[in-house]
Amino acid sequence: MPHNAGSEENPKVRPALRSKVRLTREEIAARAARELPDGAYVNLGWGIPNLIADHLPAGITVYFHSENGILGMGRRAKPGEEDLDLVDAMKVPVTLIPGASFFHQADAHLMTRGGHLDVAVLGAFQVSERGDLANWKVPGAKGVGAIGGAMDIAAGTKKVIVCMEHTTREGQPKIVRELTYPLTCLACVKTIVTDLAVIDVTEQGLVLRDLAPGWNSEEVQELTAAALKF
Amino acid sequence: MRQKLYATLDAAVADIPDGARIMFGGFGGSGFPNNLIEALLRRGSKNLTAISNNCGTREGELSPLFKNGQISHVIAAFPGPHSFYFQERFAKGEVTIELVPQGILCERMRAAAAGLLGFYTTVGVATEVAEGKEERVINGQRCILEMPIHADYAFIKADKSDGLGNLTYRLAARNFNPIMAQAAATTIAEVEEVVPVGAIDPEHVVTPAIFVHRVVVAKGIRYAA
Repeated sequence: MPHNAGSEENPKVRPALRSKVRLTREEIAARAARELPDGAYVNLGWGIPNLIADHLPAGITVYFHSENGILGMGRRAKPGEEDLDLVDAMKVPVTLIPGASFFHQADAHLMTRGGHLDVAVLGAFQVSERGDLANWKVPGAKGVGAIGGAMDIAAGTKKVIVCMEHTTREGQPKIVRELTYPLTCLACVKTIVTDLAVIDVTEQGLVLRDLAPGWNSEEVQELTAAALKF
Repeated sequence: MRQKLYATLDAAVADIPDGARIMFGGFGGSGFPNNLIEALLRRGSKNLTAISNNCGTREGELSPLFKNGQISHVIAAFPGPHSFYFQERFAKGEVTIELVPQGILCERMRAAAAGLLGFYTTVGVATEVAEGKEERVINGQRCILEMPIHADYAFIKADKSDGLGNLTYRLAARNFNPIMAQAAATTIAEVEEVVPVGAIDPEHVVTPAIFVHRVVVAKGIRYAA
């Protein structure tokens, strides 16, 4: 369902922007899928990125990697065909495509950290204007956080794409000058795909490359806490 | 010939003392040595350090050991959203945790297995993970020193073993198991089936027998997500 991200709760956001329709999570995933080159080896993180496999453009073949030791992961298993020894990193039963392989977790992360994967698409709480990523811990939460494979994947993958909503549920920008959430990895994010825009992190700063239908550059800037070039 | 086959799960864990450091294989509900975990529950060893990807899920995997108060410290990458007994003990200060990036967890165990005294990595630089660790610059890149993780025991889940302890795994149940098998002083494998020596094609052996010290047959238990 289209949504407007609850910005009603943030009085700083102009009413005109609060009510504007944004992309759904599925639509963010579909837009991010268009960033994947044919033949790429790709890791998908938790959250919106996990929806991408269902939205690959026709004619594109992508080889999905799972950090528990699978290359060539196919679609999710249908009811009745699940095998609990064949699951993805979110514990969901999956299938294989022809040419798939298994390996242990050290080799799985050798692929992430060693720069062998072409693209990783990760979720995020915040991204800074230099591409610093925060996605493992919420400040002040009572738990210990959950690093999982995020730090290895972010540090080593050739291209890290972040998929997330542009603002928090309260309407706060998630693209910021300096992170206020605990750091996952410095200067690793290359592209940010949100429900409002596609933004590249470059040496010259954040460059607005694409806009969601109905949004203009000034409006996206208003909901971004770092300067955008457009 | 070395005798590695144990008749019962309880016999395979009978010597595990209080204070032992134990690695537990498994990821995402798959490849957990759940029968050995139950045997350790019966054995009752306390003050254990557990080294595993996560900290149990609902009533399964490491959860009973946290519930029973047997684990006092854990080294893990992803405690997990359903690690309720761990979370309860952690909140009360009865369990401490060292959170480690998942691939670095693997490599620290591999360093122990390989006789390496440590390694430098860019993973975790400037994060909470880097606190207290030596930092330097190599080839213009900031990196931190990571140390090996050793263990007294590894509890692993394999599919088949031969009489010598050569192991194969099933699908993605492999995950951490071959790494932990190499890293611990004593590796205990629960397997679905023991086959005669020579019945596993040498080209299909994933964990060579030299890394495996005890083998016990048990029908695998899997807890769904």
